[in-house]
Amino acid sequence: MATFKVNGVEHTLDIEPDMPLLWAIRDELGMTGTKFGCGIANCGACTVHVNGNAIRSCVTPVSAVEGQDITTIEGLAVAAAGTTSSALDLTAVQQAWIDHQIPQCGYCQSGMIMAVSSFLASNPNPTDAEIDASITNVCRCGSYPRVRKAIRALASA
Amino acid sequence: MQMNRRRFILTGAVVGGGVLIGYSATRPTRHRRANEELVEGSERFITSFIKIDPNNEITVYVPHSEMGQGIHTSLSMMAADELDAAWENVIVEQAPAIDLFANGDLVKGFAGEFGVPNFLMGLVNASAFTVAELMNLQTTGGSSSVRYTGEYAMRTAGAAAREMLINAAAARLDVPTSELSTELSHVQHNSSGRTLSYGELAADAALLEPPEDPVLKDRSQFTIMGKAISRNDIPAKVDGTAIYGLDAHSEDMLYAAIRLAPVFGTKLVSVDATQALTQRGVVRVIELEDSVAVVADNYWRAKQALALVNATFTETENDNVSSADIAARFDKELAESNGSEDKEVGDTDRALEEAVDVIEANYRVPYLAHAAMEPMNCTVHIQGDRAEMWTSTQDALGMRGRVASVAGLAEENVIFHQTYCGGGYGRRLPFNWNMIDHATLIAMEFDVPVKTIFSREDDMQQDYYRPAVHNNFKAAFDDNSNVIAWHSRFTGPIQVPGASHIPYAIENQSIRVVDGDTHVPIAAWRSVDHSQQTFFTESFMDEIAHRAGVNPYQLRMDLLQEHPRHRKVLEVAAAAAGYGQNLPEGHALGIAVQESFGSFVAEVAEVSMGEDNQPVVHKVTCAIDCGWAVNPDTVEAQIESGIIFGLTAAMYGEITIENGAVTQGNFPDYEMVRMATSPEIEVHIVESGEALGGLGEPATPPIAAAVTNAIYILTGQRVRELPIKNHDFALSNPVAQV
Repeated sequence: MATFKVNGVEHTLDIEPDMPLLWAIRDELGMTGTKFGCGIANCGACTVHVNGNAIRSCVTPVSAVEGQDITTIEGLAVAAAGTTSSALDLTAVQQAWIDHQIPQCGYCQSGMIMAVSSFLASNPNPTDAEIDASITNVCRCGSYPRVRKAIRALASA
Repeated sequence: MQMNRRRFILTGAVVGGGVLIGYSATRPTRHRRANEELVEGSERFITSFIKIDPNNEITVYVPHSEMGQGIHTSLSMMAADELDAAWENVIVEQAPAIDLFANGDLVKGFAGEFGVPNFLMGLVNASAFTVAELMNLQTTGGSSSVRYTGEYAMRTAGAAAREMLINAAAARLDVPTSELSTELSHVQHNSSGRTLSYGELAADAALLEPPEDPVLKDRSQFTIMGKAISRNDIPAKVDGTAIYGLDAHSEDMLYAAIRLAPVFGTKLVSVDATQALTQRGVVRVIELEDSVAVVADNYWRAKQALALVNATFTETENDNVSSADIAARFDKELAESNGSEDKEVGDTDRALEEAVDVIEANYRVPYLAHAAMEPMNCTVHIQGDRAEMWTSTQDALGMRGRVASVAGLAEENVIFHQTYCGGGYGRRLPFNWNMIDHATLIAMEFDVPVKTIFSREDDMQQDYYRPAVHNNFKAAFDDNSNVIAWHSRFTGPIQVPGASHIPYAIENQSIRVVDGDTHVPIAAWRSVDHSQQTFFTESFMDEIAHRAGVNPYQLRMDLLQEHPRHRKVLEVAAAAAGYGQNLPEGHALGIAVQESFGSFVAEVAEVSMGEDNQPVVHKVTCAIDCGWAVNPDTVEAQIESGIIFGLTAAMYGEITIENGAVTQGNFPDYEMVRMATSPEIEVHIVESGEALGGLGEPATPPIAAAVTNAIYILTGQRVRELPIKNHDFALSNPVAQV
């Protein structure tokens, strides 16, 4: 049995402890916003938050998140709004992704947004070198120049 | 190119092998069929692509796959502008995968441009498809959607619908059409001040026959086209609600993991699945002709169990083939074969003999995988004599037809569910069938939906690749160091004609292609032949310039007197990049230009050598003449994307063959440009006002040569083989920029 919260809802699943969180989220819970890209924690398409910190769910066994709070792209805005304020439709990061017209095919962008959201929460005004070192997600469409512009805009906001 | 505006009839197009065909799709009646088959309530189709409902909401049906190029938005803009629709009331829908929405205009466009391209000809030659059926696809590729479907179908449909609405209004108001005008989804009778909404007129207008020759707007009349409009697909891509093929889901769904024969073309011999079958969730192990699949109730369980399957495959003559063997074969072919003519001008052999000086160079590029972020996948649900399917694709109708043919079903009995496409780049075109076929064959064993997924390793090792290509060049000079002959011999096949041709005024040119077939399957890869040929030709032009002692930019300008569009983009890119001006210490600029898919692109790369003796690309300045821009922000995004895609290939891209199979398996072996290695990109759109050019591909070709031309200045080393990462630049000997 594995028990963890996803976007505030507790789930108890009869699954193997070594099943990666990604496949528990996608195939067991049927939540598809979190993407499969490489399966070896290299591309970042599967990034989710565990207690607010970005992790790559394709190599994180469910046993490692027992009892933890998971946030996926579907729950990001609600998680950011907290329990007291009214629920936001989008976070500032998500809105910046629209303002800068970042996604192309968009498949990597759930993970990219989760990675950048966690990064900016801990480092609200990063240098370019810090962005380079921390945001290592792969975007095959090459949205990187726009991602950088959006991060800079968010940092100066 | 002369295009008959009466566009639904294609006759006499000479295709590929010279077959003369006549094809008529009487699409003027298609909107009637659409009204019979697709509408609900009192909404009406005015033409095949445009639906207007009584509350004046307008839906544009786009018959192309949205894979990040913004096509849903751009094509809707084109229809809506000609229609004089209020953009905020326009809804964009993916056209369903039914033949009513086939986009034969693309084929017609290509037929006029250079004959049907090879990546589509395969459909004619190697299958039951006929050219008439080719018109019946919904292909998205060849940077074609805006320039063909947009120009010939969407704008025409919008303009035709507008005329029909005016005619309906004239009858309703009993006034001549000349007294009527249109604006923001309304027809106005100016002298009486009466207005009718399109919604009020739709039912009457739908009964009219579409005009044969609707008048399109002049660019000065555009109200929507030419504006940077936000893409309609983006909101769903930031909140996790965008659905891709991989996201098909149902409670009773099963999942398949598959192991294909590692050496292309070999067959399955035997399987021991004893252990796999005991694993939790495993439903069945399925043996196919060239593969074995484990079907389970969760993809991870299927994948884990597959690792426990022992399978043997037939031995073939290719089992020991390596990249080195392929390279040796290509070199032998180039040395021994005269090949077949691609282009011959003047007498190159004689010019080479009589020349004062000749330089020779050998270039090569490796196979490349597409590596779309969404690994290949396909879900099929067989239901007796019917089926449903989900897959991210560049051709919905093509995929529907393939599933029907593999499963032995009638095409109209297969329902294709549209999704966004997590990257295509050519991988998801018809004929790259492996995923579709396997998913269908596996699903035929069940009566529930089965989702077959390629792991990243499968995706990389079972692709249809950008071919590995070798190119031998010679150039001859006269006693004034003028280049007088261009000799090019390269390994084929030619997938897109003309990519190896140069625009430069060189009197004698001999360009020939030799056999480059191997057992490695190939396909179109973003920009197709232009991806390798532009690296070759624009690098060798640079060699010619350095040999002649002429600045590479200036030599190009000198030899492009007959090509003003090339010159203009070169001029704009060079000026914007500060070409010829002082650069930061240790930086150099490399330049390259190429026309492809109807667009002209010049790129200037600013490069320095990093501490690890590998190049750092700081900035790429690009100028593109794509005629004019339908959505300028989308143009910029596609340029940025194309450059980074090409830069990834130039810096890191390499699929190698060992023991007949692909060596690389995942991203660490097949590295990508990421944030840290992504340059600043500056895009300049040159609006020549000429016919629309493509955008998805044309920015990819020039970048490799732009970077390696700069590396030459920095190090004195001419990179003649990609990827750049394989070169050692430790012993640099910088060259003075001439």
